[in-house]
Amino acid sequence: MTTATRTAPLKVALVGNPNSGKTTLFNALTGSTQHVGNWPGVTVDAKEGRARCGGREARVVDLPGVYSLAPYTSEEVVTRDFLILEEPDVIINIVDATNIERNLYLSTQLLDMGIPQVIALNMMDLVRKHGDEVDVRGLSEALGVPVVEISALRGQGIAQLLEQAFAAADEGIPPFFNRKFSYRVEDALARIAKIVYPVVPPEHLRWYTIKFFERDERIRARAAQGHTQHEREDFSRHQELLGDIEPIIAGCEAQLDDTAPSIITGESYDFIERVVARTVRRSVEERSASERIDAVVTHRLLGLPLFVLLIFTIYYLSVTVVGGVVTNFMDKTFIGHWIQAPLSAVLVRGGAALWLRSLIVDGIIGGVGAVVSFIPQMVVLFMLLALLEDCGYMSRIAFLLDRALRRFGLSGRSFIPLLISTGCGVPGIMSARTIEQESERRMTIITATFMPCSAKLPLIALIAGVVFGGLWWVAPSAYFLGIASVVFSGLILKKLGRFKSKVSPFVLELPSYHVPTARNVTRSVWERISAFVKKAFTIILLLSILLWFLSRFGFVGGRFGMVTSLDHSLVAGIGNLFAWVFAPLGFGNWRASIATLLGLTAKEQIVSVIGILTSKSAGAPPLTMLFGGQRIAAYAFMAFNLLCIPCVVAVSTMISEMKSRSWALFTLTWQLGWAYAVALMIYQLGMWASGAVFGPGTAAALLVLAALLFALLRPKPARGDGPGCHKEGSEES
Amino acid sequence: MKTLKDIPVGGSARVLRVRGEGALQRRIMDMGITKGCLLQVRKTAPLGDPIVILVRGYQLSLRKADAALIEVQ
Repeated sequence: MTTATRTAPLKVALVGNPNSGKTTLFNALTGSTQHVGNWPGVTVDAKEGRARCGGREARVVDLPGVYSLAPYTSEEVVTRDFLILEEPDVIINIVDATNIERNLYLSTQLLDMGIPQVIALNMMDLVRKHGDEVDVRGLSEALGVPVVEISALRGQGIAQLLEQAFAAADEGIPPFFNRKFSYRVEDALARIAKIVYPVVPPEHLRWYTIKFFERDERIRARAAQGHTQHEREDFSRHQELLGDIEPIIAGCEAQLDDTAPSIITGESYDFIERVVARTVRRSVEERSASERIDAVVTHRLLGLPLFVLLIFTIYYLSVTVVGGVVTNFMDKTFIGHWIQAPLSAVLVRGGAALWLRSLIVDGIIGGVGAVVSFIPQMVVLFMLLALLEDCGYMSRIAFLLDRALRRFGLSGRSFIPLLISTGCGVPGIMSARTIEQESERRMTIITATFMPCSAKLPLIALIAGVVFGGLWWVAPSAYFLGIASVVFSGLILKKLGRFKSKVSPFVLELPSYHVPTARNVTRSVWERISAFVKKAFTIILLLSILLWFLSRFGFVGGRFGMVTSLDHSLVAGIGNLFAWVFAPLGFGNWRASIATLLGLTAKEQIVSVIGILTSKSAGAPPLTMLFGGQRIAAYAFMAFNLLCIPCVVAVSTMISEMKSRSWALFTLTWQLGWAYAVALMIYQLGMWASGAVFGPGTAAALLVLAALLFALLRPKPARGDGPGCHKEGSEES
Repeated sequence: MKTLKDIPVGGSARVLRVRGEGALQRRIMDMGITKGCLLQVRKTAPLGDPIVILVRGYQLSLRKADAALIEVQ
């Protein structure tokens, strides 16, 4: 195997079912060399890393976990397109030996593709522990590919796996997979193959033939595109011949009284059953540890209370314990006393100019520091969530909550994105990908950022602590406001014709529980935190400098220069341009407006902006004066900033995940309108209730309330409302 | 026609066919629910829906609406 003298590293595609240990194997193969690869033509941010074996190197691509290569989920399409278009040298197909029948179903489809491959039979240690046996050699013979026993968790068999994969790639021989469908199907396939062979790549002929038989629209389109100009011409020449395929399929379907995809799937599983019967020996069925855990965790009565207790504990630990103590320490002691104060002293001694000192200490360290101090609690939150994900509890949450969440146009799977969004909306929105039903996925993306993410926590802490003097209900009410916004938005929006989509089933595997691995958990935490850290040192750093400049400079008496009063600064001028918009919400002044506006770049920014704009050195008014001394205005300010459009990073994620300009626009409009409506009602109705005069603002708030109640209570229309029905459009005026 | 939805918790049944077409039928069948396969209903969620079934040795959760597409005997 050292004969090869290729200079380019081999391209290895890692494919497998969700929960098969694919991520663990990927981590074991590539260690710390991972990064997000960019694959033109395949819109996926597949992770990529380097694996070494015998002095040679391979690029390993971790493709999304899929159950099948059908064209119905984005993960399936990505995996398929990658395998066909990127032409990997070899596929490593990871198969969970404890769930072998369903895992081999994907293998049968991969084997049809004609790409060199190796099967990594994972969790064989568990199979043996259970007293079961797998005839690995027999399996390898039945499938026509090498099968290597591994334990991704313990790192066993990884070297042998790589060795076999390299050898398979060097030889370049496709699997010797001679699975036969029933006579009638094979007959139909043979006739289809004769028609399509001139227009498809010869090495993938079997796969294309089966996909044509299944009437796979995407494959037909792919063949029409062709890899080259020559192939495109071939295809158009064969266009009319392809018309002959349909009667062949219809004939076969009539004979077997079933649909083509159903015939293929059924016969594939029949084949697997025969292979498994020959090669796997199962001991007597007994209740597994996993089932014993589930007997309690998904119990009819205990399941939900346990879930509530668990989520409460997670938040208590991360937000109250770590957040309260560590964040305070980071902000006051670490940043303030240990960094800002000594640095300031050094700068004074070094004779630095006043403006430079102010830029470094207040602008840069103050701005970035406010963000960095939230890292400890995010680490704890994400770590606890990663533990739940890695052990298998997250799918139980989806199972427990599906019924409840469906009422709001969401799915059981929506809870995970909502939960992650309380840490950061970006991974939250991305995790909505697992929701099959399109309308439920969109609803999740629209509502996920209503949950107060950790970047919004400083704002909540500031309003609850400083304005309300630590009144107990203020901080929890921010979460309640987020949840209520998800619920009511869901109830109102799901009645819109826009939210009708093709039905797809809710199929959710409840994988066996297993002990989370430190490696997977740390990696997942790091992936989520690194986005946050990057943001702190790029966008927030730049904006802090910009804001410092805008707030320290301005025109006084027609001359541009450093100003002593913030009221003369450039930022005041900009803020005043927008202040009128927020007047009905109770915070129509330039400081609050600028804070809100800059909050769109990163929500942490709101607090650092307020910090800079109310700092005593600049002769600014204290925080409470920002809201005319009215607590209700401060609360409306908080509500607006929590609910309105999230930060730019989350918005760009939302746009790319929605994959539709009209949906992205709809989402932004809804979020903005909803935040404005809620803040308007809070401020106007709150002021009215506390004895203020009934004015036009009060009337507007009552109108909005009535409109929302109508939208909420109206019966679900029998027919679609047509696209783009912005029923609540009026609330933005 | 009896469907999986009618099978009580603890009961077993053999699949006759999966109704529906396109993604609906295919996604259910991809999970291993194919003609002739034996299913066992294990439990119901605390709120009454979805259900958990044992299929091909693993646990799968389905909504009752989707279970009604699976004809059994």
